[in-house]
Amino acid sequence: MLSEVGRPGAESDHGSPGAFVRIDKVDKSFSSQKRQVKAVDGVSLSIRPGEFVSVVGPSGCGKSTLMMMVSGLIPVSAGRIDVREQKVTAPVTDVGIVFQRDALLEWRTVLDNVLLQIDVRGLERASYEAKARALLKQVGLSGFEQSHPWELSGGMRQRVSMCRALIHNPSMLLMDEPFGALDALTREQMNVDLQRIWMEDRKTVLFITHSIWEAIFLADRVIVMSPRPGRIAKEIIIDLPRPRRLAIRESTEFGHYASQVREQFQKFGLLVEG
Amino acid sequence: MEMSDTSISAPAAPAKKESRSRAPIVYGVGSGLALLVAWELFVRLDHVSPLLLPAPSEVVMTMAKNFPLLLQMSAVTAGEFLLGFLLAIAVGVPLGALVVFSRPVRLAVYPLLVAFQTIPKAAVAPIFIVWLGAGMTSKVLIALAISFFPIVIDTVIGLRSAQPETIYLVRSMGAGALKVFWYVRFPAALPAIFGGLKVASTLAVVGAIVGEFVSADRGLGYLVLVANGELNTRLVFGCVVMLTILGTLFYGILEIAEKFAVRWHVSARQLEGLDTGH
Repeated sequence: MLSEVGRPGAESDHGSPGAFVRIDKVDKSFSSQKRQVKAVDGVSLSIRPGEFVSVVGPSGCGKSTLMMMVSGLIPVSAGRIDVREQKVTAPVTDVGIVFQRDALLEWRTVLDNVLLQIDVRGLERASYEAKARALLKQVGLSGFEQSHPWELSGGMRQRVSMCRALIHNPSMLLMDEPFGALDALTREQMNVDLQRIWMEDRKTVLFITHSIWEAIFLADRVIVMSPRPGRIAKEIIIDLPRPRRLAIRESTEFGHYASQVREQFQKFGLLVEG
Repeated sequence: MEMSDTSISAPAAPAKKESRSRAPIVYGVGSGLALLVAWELFVRLDHVSPLLLPAPSEVVMTMAKNFPLLLQMSAVTAGEFLLGFLLAIAVGVPLGALVVFSRPVRLAVYPLLVAFQTIPKAAVAPIFIVWLGAGMTSKVLIALAISFFPIVIDTVIGLRSAQPETIYLVRSMGAGALKVFWYVRFPAALPAIFGGLKVASTLAVVGAIVGEFVSADRGLGYLVLVANGELNTRLVFGCVVMLTILGTLFYGILEIAEKFAVRWHVSARQLEGLDTGH
């Protein structure tokens, strides 16, 4: 799946060659009645095929906006974004998206919510149903195929939306604070599950979060963004072996990475002590 | 690979629904009967003139005597408001969709709609009769005019109620406007649309009666006027009873349709909860 994308030498005068996602000097401004707000300011970033990149930053720093521009669902104000060497001008379809709100359709059963992806794409339902059931089983939702979303807890609902993002085997996952609304314990479990799922076939992932430890735990590389207008303040390569276990948080290396991110936040004046 | 959240177990089989389906009937019939008995006693013990207020038993007897006539007039009126209501759906839902999806339509038509709605339809009913004659057409169109507004408004509200993320998501699956409408916007709009339909259903009945009051030679509204002119208060009440039955049936059919269409919606679930006494 990735061999073609990884092909080096394709026209690329900016960023690294063969990048899966290339964000080049991208700006985004929103204009309300009286004033213009710059949400993203001159962001450049390349993501390799199969790389897991976390973007961490304070609320309103434009990190979600950045993800939405990569998905092609909202346009850039300036600069350009390429996905697989193709300029993004319309919604990217070789993608699975998970939002903070699970965005399940209440009128569809759990199974039908996963298969929504297949229905909308006009693919043949019958050939995906077994896979949908397998995915649901993998995240512990066997027996809930015919339940409706309202019968599930928040964590279970978000698992369904993850299955929906995976069923069509996309090359890229875009995740916008997917576990932000979950309780702490469920959230840790979801992190472990996501790492396991990701390690099976290493899709390219852009993961937006405001949790420092979640960003480090999951990612190959952590991008720290500044408060609005969002700029890239720091890039940290996370060189920790996988699969990572929850206990890795208590390791010295992990603490070292975390303090690098925290120091950035303190520099912005976002964390003030005593 | 193994399941990680051990607290999750498969849903239990649904509990028996017996008590839930019986309770509303028992209570509804009970309170209705109590009201009728009180009414009957009041009329008989106070010797109220049947010209002012006939006893329920007398109304029933009069209805039985005139049953073929009442049935015939009911069919006329029902035909008028049903046709008016269906036309109101046919006009109201697409118009609501246009208001949502087309900015020019929204800017041009919406103010007109609101202005039109503020006109008391009963006041213009005579004009409809002048234009369209005293036959069925004028009644149907009055019913349409009086009932389509809530359908438009609720369609607009409904089509705007989809969660933005769900629309983004479906677009990332390659959906155009039509698929977004079919998979997300329309189903999400159904609870609101049904709310509009229920309000419209009662208004359509009013519209048909108003039309018959102005000018008609058949229908329950016509019969009310005739019976009233003959001081036949029992028959007037009989007509009202027939109208109540028609209206209730009409509303009930809509409720059943709603239950099938939007079982998933919060309102439906809450009603179920109330019925079980939760």
